[in-house]
Amino acid sequence: MKILVPVKRAIDYNVKVRVKADNSAVDLTNTKMSINPFCEIAVEEAVRLKEKGIASEIVVVSVGDKACQEQIRTALALGADRGLQIDTSDVLDSLQIAKLLTKVVEEEQPQLVILGKQSIDSDNNQTGQMMAALTGMPQGTFASVVDIDGDKVKVTREIDGGLQTVELNLPAVVTTDLRLNEPRYATLPNIMKAKRKPIDVKSANDFGVTLTSNVKTLKVEAPAQRKGGIKVADVAELVEKLKTEAKVI
Amino acid sequence: MAVLVFAEHDNKQLKSETHKLVNAASKLADDVTILVAGEGCAAVADEAAKISGVSKVLLADNPVYANQLAENIGDLVTELAENYTHIIAAATTTGKNFMPRVAALLDVAQISDIIAVESEDTFVRPIYAGNAIATVQSSDTKKVITVRASAFDAAEEGGSASVEALDTVKVSDKSAFVSAELTKSERPELTAAEVIISGGRGMQNGENFKLLEGIADKLGAAIGASRAAVDAGFVPNDMQVGQTGKIVAPQLYIAVGISGAIQHLAGMKDSKIIVAINKDEEAPIFQVADYGLVGDLFDVLPELEAAL
Repeated sequence: MKILVPVKRAIDYNVKVRVKADNSAVDLTNTKMSINPFCEIAVEEAVRLKEKGIASEIVVVSVGDKACQEQIRTALALGADRGLQIDTSDVLDSLQIAKLLTKVVEEEQPQLVILGKQSIDSDNNQTGQMMAALTGMPQGTFASVVDIDGDKVKVTREIDGGLQTVELNLPAVVTTDLRLNEPRYATLPNIMKAKRKPIDVKSANDFGVTLTSNVKTLKVEAPAQRKGGIKVADVAELVEKLKTEAKVI
Repeated sequence: MAVLVFAEHDNKQLKSETHKLVNAASKLADDVTILVAGEGCAAVADEAAKISGVSKVLLADNPVYANQLAENIGDLVTELAENYTHIIAAATTTGKNFMPRVAALLDVAQISDIIAVESEDTFVRPIYAGNAIATVQSSDTKKVITVRASAFDAAEEGGSASVEALDTVKVSDKSAFVSAELTKSERPELTAAEVIISGGRGMQNGENFKLLEGIADKLGAAIGASRAAVDAGFVPNDMQVGQTGKIVAPQLYIAVGISGAIQHLAGMKDSKIIVAINKDEEAPIFQVADYGLVGDLFDVLPELEAAL
């Protein structure tokens, strides 16, 4: 089966986030960018399915300017077969991304789409579900286990109260949660090999999708800082403070 | 302006998130309708009708909604959306699962995880795991919104809305419920608890989490954990508080053996009072704690339990 893995270029998860002085956005100048961690888990899961002989081809797609080819290369080094960059310099909403991906699904006809449950920049947690709705594919979100069985996939989902397992007809959309797997590191020979794998570039304008967002960011601010309080000497003082000062117990 | 609020429940009981959603909804419009979708959940609808400020409760009681499958719930809510300007649900794993489908099918954007309502079209939401706070304005005709319930106070009881049964049955033949493994606990749920005591890597193993139980019993607290404790296999993931786990804001949060990584702080820094117990006096958790106690948790916890 063919697997489509959409990935996003996002701020590296180790980088400390700073807000621009004019409060227009988060400052990404000279910031280390990486493949969004949940997307990396999606790539890893696809590669494992290929290693098990279940997947035959893994196509990685990313929407963004030329810089996102770096993240596509990362995915190719991890074991994906070919890449597709949907070129745009606009900042798009999840809905527009989902519409573009829907067009890619129509073209590529994958049996499974695996993508991260959310990106660590916009924290939206929308694209996979939107794409599932637009393509008519069933969805298994926040997956911690993905089990392909013939023309169905069983997905164990991390939900607030514990775990839920659903069975979906293929083709289906799966979004990854943290515990699905632990992504491998790309080896040097695989990084070299990835340089020769093909990346196709298509302009976002060619997909016939309206690329304007109806959501405007008015301002971005740093969160209110919590001030540290006091150190208490012992348990007795702690309990006393909680009772008489904070009045929470 | 009319708001449709999607009720959080387990088919038996209404969850406290719903009261908080109603409060958020009342900031958007006077006309607030609650949708209860599930199986055998008539009692839940009756509970919802008692929330002050609710004008009507819609009850979709059918086996196809029993497990809140996104395909079925999404189609139901999309059909109902016609009569409302705002559709809101909690940013729980249920709301996050089906709401983007509703937005996509209505061809509008979704505003995720809002923590404040500025006006009927302007909302405040955390981005970058709470390291930045964005104010966004939507010009979509309908607003599809998920709400971080912990950021809103609960609406009071005291209403007497009418309950209207729906016979709309939306069912997908492409997805089916197989099973659920729900963590059984006598304690309150993390996202609803007034008091939370959480353990981190300093707990050393899962067995030692028992030390938190006596204290939790005395305080009526929920027990949480840091990502480090979950990753180390001490406790299951549904106990995780943090950026990648649950976002909580109780009256009292007690962090035990938790260093205070950004990832954890993102999940609990809006708690009213934070207590940190850690033997490392340089631990970053002390920078956000109202009361810090430097000491070995294995000495402190039994003492604390005895003192309560």
